[in-house]
Amino acid sequence: MTEAEGGSTTTIKARRSFGEQMREFPWWAVIIITFLIGAFIYMISDPSYRNALSFIAFPPTKTEIAFGIDVRNGLMMTLYTTVIAYLIALILGLVLGIMRVSRNPILYHLSTLYVELMRGVPMLVLIIWIGFVVVPFLRNATGNQSITGLQGALIGLGFGYAAYLAEVYRSGIESIPKGQMEAARSLGMGYGQAMQYVILPQAIRRVVPPLSNDLVAMLKDSALVSVVAVPEILQMARLYVSRTFRAFEGYNSAAFLYLVLTLLFIIIVRMIERRWRSSV
Amino acid sequence: MSEPIIRITDLYKYFGEVQALRGISLEVESGQVVVVIGPSGSGKSTLLRCINHLEKPTGGHVYVEGVDLEAKETNINKMRAEIGMVFQQFNLFPHLTALENITLAQRVVRKRPKEEREQVARQLLERVGIPEKADAYPGQLSGGQQQRVAIARALAMNPKIMLFDEPTSALDPEMIKEVLEVMIDLAKSGMTMVCVTHEMGFARAAAHRLIFMDQGQIVEDTTPEDLYDNPQQERTRLFLSKILH
Repeated sequence: MTEAEGGSTTTIKARRSFGEQMREFPWWAVIIITFLIGAFIYMISDPSYRNALSFIAFPPTKTEIAFGIDVRNGLMMTLYTTVIAYLIALILGLVLGIMRVSRNPILYHLSTLYVELMRGVPMLVLIIWIGFVVVPFLRNATGNQSITGLQGALIGLGFGYAAYLAEVYRSGIESIPKGQMEAARSLGMGYGQAMQYVILPQAIRRVVPPLSNDLVAMLKDSALVSVVAVPEILQMARLYVSRTFRAFEGYNSAAFLYLVLTLLFIIIVRMIERRWRSSV
Repeated sequence: MSEPIIRITDLYKYFGEVQALRGISLEVESGQVVVVIGPSGSGKSTLLRCINHLEKPTGGHVYVEGVDLEAKETNINKMRAEIGMVFQQFNLFPHLTALENITLAQRVVRKRPKEEREQVARQLLERVGIPEKADAYPGQLSGGQQQRVAIARALAMNPKIMLFDEPTSALDPEMIKEVLEVMIDLAKSGMTMVCVTHEMGFARAAAHRLIFMDQGQIVEDTTPEDLYDNPQQERTRLFLSKILH
């Protein structure tokens, strides 16, 4: 494996020193992947690890229906939470980011208030607050008992991240030279049209790297929703540990799964970024 | 006498403490080509940008075809669609091809059907001499080519007035000519043009009027020949001696 990769990177015989070649080779990835494969082999050969892993990630421990989607295990629940909360943050953040650069004082101050408020509260506190204050309040106020903790958790994570993404979008919009807006306006486009057709397409392209960074961060922060008993990886690990008293196996398995997912996400995100860059 | 296409009355523009324009009054007849020169900071660009309301004047009025740009009921987008502008830095949309740059405003402002706007765009690219660059992105074009696409983009709206804000100042010397040729061609076609430029060759070839501005005021307003050969003011003489070699 090492030899094959080393060979493909030097199709042109560049005059690089041994040190430079070593510097460029992704040794860190080799180490992590080797470690993960080793850990995986060790885990599946050990019955108590096998139990922990399968309890958290593999067989349908219980079926959770959320927004009409079956989520069968901790692994799926983590992915589901991450994706839905990220989509909420992506859309709400865009709206807020546009409001942040608006000349309309109401839109500007409302969005700024939101962003500062949300960024001023730790994500964990926000999720607990929504889970144990807002959701029960809504249940009582509307008499609708079907509002789930999961929905509250998704909203907490999504709305909290929206504040951070709003700032990413805002910086992207502000990085576009003033002349672009002027050129669009001088052609008779309205502010909204100029935003839609000229500014945002360029701004969003520029913020793909920070946005995808936040996707990976969101994946890790999804563990926070375990505090409101959403059965994702960490919560299932806690459940496993409380039932078996095997903390080692339970939490090692959880850490292992998060690491695998994070690496996978980073690889996917890099591929998407490369595609975006080559399309410009 | 008919209403001039541009009428500027007693225009003032302050940027904080800085007085960019101090009481400009100017009338431009339809079909006239006006060249504005003056030292940097004299307010030339600000004046130009007031004509399509990219700058909001502090005082005074700009009337285009008799419509007051300052009036609340004026639809500024509708007015701007009739006033083309070419910038020093081209300001092409880098995420769109040359063709898309020219068709975008036709689509979202003029609501022209796809076939018509692409035909217009291709004809204009032909006219500015780069029909083969339709599918190139701005980043793949030279400065002169970019500026010609920018001129085509403005012309695609069928404007009644064209404003040029130092269109050749950001260009390498060998590319200035190709842009000036397009501008001279445009002037000969009867377009009303207001150009801020120090290209005296263009002024001699195409301008009906040459305006010299200094410190936010119009110092002289006459024909190019007159201004070169017989400047009335000491300031004008001084400035000309610096730019004509």
